Amino acid sequence: MSAKIFSKDEWAGVLEGLKDAYEVYVPVKEGDFHNFRPLKEGTRPSFEFQNTRMSPKFLTEPQSERMFEYTLDKNQPDAHILKEDEKEIPPRAVVGIRPCDAFAFQLVKRNFDTPRYKDPYWLKRYEATTFVGLGCNDPCETCFCASAGSGPFDRKGLDVLLYDLGDAYLAQPLTDKGEALLEKTDGGKEADEASWKKAQGLTRQVAGKGSRRVSTDKLREKDVNALYEAPFWEDVAFSCINCGTCTFLCPTCWCFDIQDEVQMLPMVGDRMRNWDSCMFPLFTLHGSGHNPRSSKTERVRQRFMHKLKYYVDKYDDGIQCVGCGRCVQFCPVNIDIREIAEKMNAL
Amino acid sequence: MENPYLPYPVRIDSITTETEDRNLKTFKFVFLNPEDEAKFAYTPGQFAELSIAGKGEIPIGIASSPTEKGFIAFTVNKVGKVTTHLHNMREGDVMGVRGPLGNWYPWEQMEGKNVVIVGGGFAFTTLRSSIIYMLEPENRSRFENITVVYGARSPGMLLYKDELMAWEKRDDLDMHITVDATDDPDWKYNVGFVPAITEEKVTSAENAVAIVCGPPIMIRFTQPVLEKLGFPPENIILSLENRMKCGIGMCGRCNIGEKLVCKDGPVFSLAELKELPPDY
Amino acid sequence: MIEYTEKIREIAKKLLEEGTVDAFIGYKKGSVPMMNEPVLVRDPADVDVLHWDSNCGLNLCNYLTGRTDKVGILATGCNSRNIVTHVIENQADRERLYIVGVPCTGVINHRAVKRAVKGREITEVVEEPGGERFTVKGPGYEETFEKADFLQLNCATCRHRNPVEYDELVAEEVPEQQAVQAFKDVEKIEQMEPQKKWDFFERAISSCIRCYACRNACPLCYCPTCFVDESKPQWVGKSIDPADTMTFHFLRAYHCAGRCTDCGACERACPVGIPVRQFTKKLNKDCIELFDWEAGLSLDSRPPLDVYRKEDPNDFIR
Repeated sequence: MSAKIFSKDEWAGVLEGLKDAYEVYVPVKEGDFHNFRPLKEGTRPSFEFQNTRMSPKFLTEPQSERMFEYTLDKNQPDAHILKEDEKEIPPRAVVGIRPCDAFAFQLVKRNFDTPRYKDPYWLKRYEATTFVGLGCNDPCETCFCASAGSGPFDRKGLDVLLYDLGDAYLAQPLTDKGEALLEKTDGGKEADEASWKKAQGLTRQVAGKGSRRVSTDKLREKDVNALYEAPFWEDVAFSCINCGTCTFLCPTCWCFDIQDEVQMLPMVGDRMRNWDSCMFPLFTLHGSGHNPRSSKTERVRQRFMHKLKYYVDKYDDGIQCVGCGRCVQFCPVNIDIREIAEKMNAL
Repeated sequence: MENPYLPYPVRIDSITTETEDRNLKTFKFVFLNPEDEAKFAYTPGQFAELSIAGKGEIPIGIASSPTEKGFIAFTVNKVGKVTTHLHNMREGDVMGVRGPLGNWYPWEQMEGKNVVIVGGGFAFTTLRSSIIYMLEPENRSRFENITVVYGARSPGMLLYKDELMAWEKRDDLDMHITVDATDDPDWKYNVGFVPAITEEKVTSAENAVAIVCGPPIMIRFTQPVLEKLGFPPENIILSLENRMKCGIGMCGRCNIGEKLVCKDGPVFSLAELKELPPDY
Repeated sequence: MIEYTEKIREIAKKLLEEGTVDAFIGYKKGSVPMMNEPVLVRDPADVDVLHWDSNCGLNLCNYLTGRTDKVGILATGCNSRNIVTHVIENQADRERLYIVGVPCTGVINHRAVKRAVKGREITEVVEEPGGERFTVKGPGYEETFEKADFLQLNCATCRHRNPVEYDELVAEEVPEQQAVQAFKDVEKIEQMEPQKKWDFFERAISSCIRCYACRNACPLCYCPTCFVDESKPQWVGKSIDPADTMTFHFLRAYHCAGRCTDCGACERACPVGIPVRQFTKKLNKDCIELFDWEAGLSLDSRPPLDVYRKEDPNDFIR
């Protein structure tokens, strides 16, 4: 199937129409910023955004999710035995995801989809999701996607790529999943030569503007212990307040915690998994009281070493960062990963 | 899709208090579904997540040996929320075990070699598993001399006392029991710290592999003793403990550099550790 | 306030050169607009990284906790009151501090500025000397605003712009704001029906992601283990269940009662724009009404919840 073109006038109807086949997630303006939300009655999609405040990683890893449930009532035959929460994940489509954020799922997948173990919670959601990306006509100042293996119109991790042509969206299917989605859309027409030309012009124009370059080319060859012992960590970490903003907003931070939560009357409980952060001291605290990363300098170092060295060495295919710039924009103390990458790369 | 987070339901078959401070207990578990025992095929050195509904999970080294059938055993120190609750549970109670997890001691590398086991305190659990495993008649011939140095703070803090005494008497195993100090006049074994006793009793690194498991301070002082004896870093094997949750390399907290203690470990050679940042 | 920068560098250089202090804590210019980064300078040769303008929003008192060296530190009115509180609570030793007072005309509300330019990207914000106006630049536009219209909400109602405790000032004191109605927003909530009040708070925290930026940006939150992190017993669940999130925010606020200086760092730090000050401010108001108390104004008196006085009001306890 070939690409389709949808006028912006019919766009809201197109999204509505997708609801028959998918749970549809769209960017929604909430106060000062956008977030992805399920398209429901009364939801007003808003595509006037650079990027959402929270990354769409919640689609595969919700901040809190139930893994198991159980009863603690001794009179029940299955007391204390964990049961899988067998919720079905319906087909879902996220429409308007930025290419950097979509690429992030590819990086994170390496963690959850391994030869030895597969994380069913993450994978079920990932497989059920069709990624309909929206190319970036105006990459932000804080973005550096082109230095992070992605780009404003990058296709990796996308099933459909949308080009915003001003009065219309050109939708290009990239995978079978993407074709299937486009086939289910109402309206639109086959993309004509002129629209294609416009899309190509757009891509060229944005590429010409160029996003900020961040050097990461020498990270792979650096000695891990030399980077670990680098003299700059104390200075880099000074201002850090050890909050979880960077890790929680990051589309490629996947770390989580597992916690049991119990309620009385009836005595039932859930085993939950919640986002966790390497910035929190508790993350690595041993039962004995010993903590291998007890100081904030050690924790800050861990975050950057993980993204810019450990991951690089482990998978030998780039950094664990897609250059979305969220941590740069929203770190309360302005710790800037671009500057740290430069420092590490230049060591 | 198989769910690697789902524990096997087990019943507590027996509980033994190991130490005089009553903070260490050995729990024997029996699988509620007998077919799960075969699925839980393990090798000495591995660990499992003990799972208590309503409390959480805790990673513990497997203290039983795969040569012991019909049960699996864990010795648990009472330190946190989950272990405290476990210590209050009774025989017959139902809980979960998830595993086996992690890697194991390098049994193939040790074949045909002298094996030196150095253990301290409550970290002796997977070493017990290993000793039972090696002493099994069908396995014993695969290894040359077996030397064990095991110490605790005091006689009352030694784990598996009956087995220790029995091993002491065997001639296919060179057993050295020690305590840091004791005022017991009848104490007939060694007195002294594990590193010192190791230096005294282990005489050669010739064709030998050493497995070391114990508190960080013991490891720190044992390592130079072994290196002085001539053990190359590849033949010094350590088992590490970092805080863990998932046990399958996904939740991210137990990393040492790019390695995850839960999945790539807990067993590492000193040679491997020397390549990694010291985040443990 | 940008004109303070030169003077700050000069003072820091002198203090470091003469050995009055081992280190100097200030801000450096941030890598993104309206965001400056706290920085520690040890070498007098490095003082040129120091910078001051109306975007120095994170309370520097945070960086004093646990320090045992001699430090120079910049302090606006609110920051100086936090330093006083730190000294009273034995978290800092006055003898080891050299406080460089900064008479403050307020911090720019970066969210309001973004709103004013309708969410367009901001690439640069230039402050005029004298600081009454600032210009926002972005792709294809440039707009100038009056700073007075864009103060952080806490700064707009601030009654202590000048440092209360200092060793040296970087400039003449600035006039204090007269006739500010500090608690109009709190009064509005106080007058709500219980259910509406509850709805207000529930809505306020609905976007919370439990990142603890508000807590960690607060110099009052120096407990080695926060109650939300305790596991034996575990007081608060770790998921984003609204009951747990609310427990966190309310208890945190109560913990700050009589100690909060309304520096606004918590609200500024929040990545999802929660008006966290609405919680602490009510308690600040209560402290004024019940105990005639504002935090950190003097080294000689302890916060009201720290002391027993016979004349303490009792009638609000039922």
